[in-house]
Amino acid sequence: MTDLTQMNLAEARDGLAAKEFSAVELTQAHIDRVSASASLNAYVLETPEKALEMAALSDAKIAAGEARPLEGLPIGVKDLFCTKGVRTTACSNILGDFIPPYESTVTQNLWADGAVMLGKLNNDEFAMGSSNETSRFGPVVNPWKAHGQELVPGGSSGGSSAAVAARLGIAATATDTGGSIRQPAAFTGTVGLKPTYGRCSRWGIVAFASSLDQAGPITHTVRDAAMMLTSMASFDPRDTTSVERDVPNYEAALIGKGGGDIKGLRVGIPQEYRVDNMPAEIEKLWQQGIDWLRDAGAEIVDVSLPHTKYALPAYYIIAPAEASSNLARYDGVRYGARKQGADIDDMYAQTRAAGFGDEVKRRVMIGTYALSAGYYDAYYVKALQVRRLIAEDFTKAYEKCDVLLTPTTPSAAFEIGKNVEDPLEMYLNDVFTVTVNLAGLPGISVPAGLDANGLPLGLQLIGQAFGEETLLRTASVLEEAAGFDAQPQDWWSA
Amino acid sequence: MSVDENMVRRIANLARIGVTDEEVPALATELSAIIGFVEQLSELDTEGVKPLTSAVDDKIRGREDVVTDGGYAEDVLANAPEKDDEYFAVPKVVE
Amino acid sequence: MAENNNLISGATGDWEIVLGLEVHAQVASNAKLFSGASTEFGAEPNAQVSLVDAAMPGMLPVINWFCVEQAVRTGLGIKAQINNYSVFDRKNYFYPDLPQGYQISQFQQPIVGEGAIEIDLADGVVKEIGIERLHLEQDAGKSLHDQHPNMSFVDLNRSGVALMEIVSNPDMRSAAEAQAYVKKLRAILRYLGTCDGNMEQGSMRADVNVSVRKPGDALGTRCEIKNVNSIRFIGQAIEYEARRQVDLIEDGGVVEQQTRLFDPKTGETRAMRSKEEAHDYRYFPDPDLLPLEFSQEFVDEIAKDLPELPDDKKARFIADYGLTPYDAGVLVGEAENAAFFEAAAEGQDAKAVANMVIGSVFAGLNKADLDIGDSPVSPAQVGQLVGLIADDTVSGRSAKEVFELMFEDGPDQGKDPAVIIEEKGLKQVTDTGAIEAAVDEVIAANPDKVAQAKERPKMAGWFVGQVMQATGGKANPQAVNQLVLSKLGLD
Repeated sequence: MTDLTQMNLAEARDGLAAKEFSAVELTQAHIDRVSASASLNAYVLETPEKALEMAALSDAKIAAGEARPLEGLPIGVKDLFCTKGVRTTACSNILGDFIPPYESTVTQNLWADGAVMLGKLNNDEFAMGSSNETSRFGPVVNPWKAHGQELVPGGSSGGSSAAVAARLGIAATATDTGGSIRQPAAFTGTVGLKPTYGRCSRWGIVAFASSLDQAGPITHTVRDAAMMLTSMASFDPRDTTSVERDVPNYEAALIGKGGGDIKGLRVGIPQEYRVDNMPAEIEKLWQQGIDWLRDAGAEIVDVSLPHTKYALPAYYIIAPAEASSNLARYDGVRYGARKQGADIDDMYAQTRAAGFGDEVKRRVMIGTYALSAGYYDAYYVKALQVRRLIAEDFTKAYEKCDVLLTPTTPSAAFEIGKNVEDPLEMYLNDVFTVTVNLAGLPGISVPAGLDANGLPLGLQLIGQAFGEETLLRTASVLEEAAGFDAQPQDWWSA
Repeated sequence: MSVDENMVRRIANLARIGVTDEEVPALATELSAIIGFVEQLSELDTEGVKPLTSAVDDKIRGREDVVTDGGYAEDVLANAPEKDDEYFAVPKVVE
Repeated sequence: MAENNNLISGATGDWEIVLGLEVHAQVASNAKLFSGASTEFGAEPNAQVSLVDAAMPGMLPVINWFCVEQAVRTGLGIKAQINNYSVFDRKNYFYPDLPQGYQISQFQQPIVGEGAIEIDLADGVVKEIGIERLHLEQDAGKSLHDQHPNMSFVDLNRSGVALMEIVSNPDMRSAAEAQAYVKKLRAILRYLGTCDGNMEQGSMRADVNVSVRKPGDALGTRCEIKNVNSIRFIGQAIEYEARRQVDLIEDGGVVEQQTRLFDPKTGETRAMRSKEEAHDYRYFPDPDLLPLEFSQEFVDEIAKDLPELPDDKKARFIADYGLTPYDAGVLVGEAENAAFFEAAAEGQDAKAVANMVIGSVFAGLNKADLDIGDSPVSPAQVGQLVGLIADDTVSGRSAKEVFELMFEDGPDQGKDPAVIIEEKGLKQVTDTGAIEAAVDEVIAANPDKVAQAKERPKMAGWFVGQVMQATGGKANPQAVNQLVLSKLGLD
């Protein structure tokens, strides 16, 4: 039998349907690989018993001819998604051993479609980070290595990206507030899709910045991303920011071998993304992507997103401001780890000092500052005004084009520890991705090539609101043209 | 604008995050650097621009006035660090 | 402006009290403002708490549209500006009974803007109190501080219950005005059905802003007395606080802006330990909730079935029934009382009905501790009894007895008055022959009194009393009076 961990989602689905192997076999293969890969630190909690139980049910469903769309496919879940009866921590000490008595809508949708849960994946604490180094469980190690150095897998969904790249799960759930799906996907040679804000319910996902957070998948292929999104997306009456709109079968949007025809599609190239000090190989890859799409029949259009350089500063006001309020509920009263104090306020201060890591504290304090009396207008309101200008940039650009093509990140994966001391340097990782969150648009990172060190690089496509079908179709053309089939060498298995 | 040590203490108190005297200077430096970075925004003239609070272009949806939830005090209290009977318990608050 | 007769005197002269109220009125809804948990009073601790109310990670608010309707309804009832676009903000602060670490409220853009309420003062004077705004917000849970020597206990049953905060302008000048304001507001809310107005159960409570100044001076520094939960306490708290501020200033002190608590046991206010200046609520629009928008048609629909409100009803009672402003004011205080009166007055002398309702009915209910809805005497029976007095079937004195028999717990409770009169033989004697005989008898038996009466005509009253007694109160008093006077030769 072939190695059951070396398939993508669509292949595994087809194999199960053809009864080439069982869901229990498929799941067991992944469980074994996960437990042999502890050195990557991708999982913070493994749930093998639950996985096998779910897989056995899937086998019964398949036998009965009642297979659901993701029947028997083992996946990992970012620890930001609340999972009923399974410890959920957002990788923060402050949540202690919190066991949710509820299941997030997105994961519930996945289980309802037959997916199998392998466990909970590492991430930056409360999804605040771009390297997965702020987790209470320690950093995740990128399966890709350069010059023998251990690298970060990107963040905040570093556990998700590393797990998929290392084949510790056929796909993974992730969340993206400023780039937390796309940047780690780019760092690990995987596909990362951030849907339109409101496409997936936020109910039951630990909140970082409510107006920016959006769930999405990290997968091996664009087709897999389409499969996952079809199940993850839903209109949820419990999240009034989720949008009441039918969920199409996104996989059906991919037609033919290359996933579809993009003849005549107008692809915008935003000039402002040619930032200073952009590495030549990123620039080159971007040009390569332009050529690929042009060769596939797309029309390339130069567009301008004039407020791009202000996106990151606006983001670093808006996201921390919302976070400072969203994280106020972690007070040691109803759940999580409490530290005793002399009185109630001391209890809060001790609990939160011990429970939050440095990056979370920094962001909560920046957010508190930006909302405080005397600074609110200068920082918070200003940032919201800039947010509108950024959103309007996209609206104008989309008068001239259908999708945008940019690099996903300004660099490939970097060494663990390299940017830990310099938050601002770390923030620059999101320079190409945050605009998309501010405007609420969908974006996808597709692995497009390797840099001189043999590390993967991604290209980002940005779609129009609820334009996921066009986005996926274009992404699959890019994927096909790039023909990215490099894999990290397994150095980590025990 | 830079964030001085008094400001660090003030916002740490507002955010109920305990900071030690040793931590304050470093925090002041870090927060000042971030604030310095975001201050680029002041270059932009945003006069008359309506703040954008949400990317969702939709009307708020409501529920009907029907009791559909609650009745599971046990679940609500299950993760409590400290409880007494059916109450959450905290260090005594003096009003 | 009318002269203020409510000045309080101090050592340095007279002082004026300036009062503004923030009333928190619980929306009479089944479920909470942002969750589906019940609002019912008196449940076991934490039994009416959803995951949203407990602020579990990842939980999101969904607005109860009924509460929005009630806020609009109330806004229309206080003749206020309705804002078709408003915004929910987060008010950030830490407190154990505030699970989210913020209260969802409305700050810069409330659902209801400026309005006004007319209050009725003792001397028949009507004064208008301006309303600054009404907004929707969540209630907090409840902290119990007296159950354990060094712990406080938290019950989240109230967490998330919908409140309307109704903020007045600083237009009141005395405790009596503040009390009249709360009474009137409560009546309006109850007429509208948007709040049950039950202050004991906490569905209505007031934060009272008190300051003092010399008449004509600029506003003084105010103190806010939090969460006063009865009309009587509002009066006591204001009296105490105003006096405290006057004494403080006159002793050379300065009033500090602060939040204070009223202690009903001592009748005093004291500063809360937490310092107001430490608060910085960092309001910002709640990113979990889109702006609250509705159409003008939505408002118009609600306006269409607004009930008649106390002021209009009072005016109508005066105009249509000829009631005094005082009686009309008393009757419209509660919609149920007004309805009882109107049902009783149908086809009867309305003023007489008003007297019986305000007198006998209210007194009986009060004594028996009953709501008007549970009155043993129906409005129709009150009307019948008034009718029986009017057509001389029963004397006023006997009518009281009939009323008591109808009201009291016993075999006659609920019987129609005519039946009781018949059974108890309380029918008024209008037969002059029978009355004449009784008069003659009394005159014959009291020759000395007759002599006295010739000197002092007022003595006639004594004879009337004797005759009434002799006839068991059934004689028509006017007939008795006439006969006594003529037989004594005094007419």
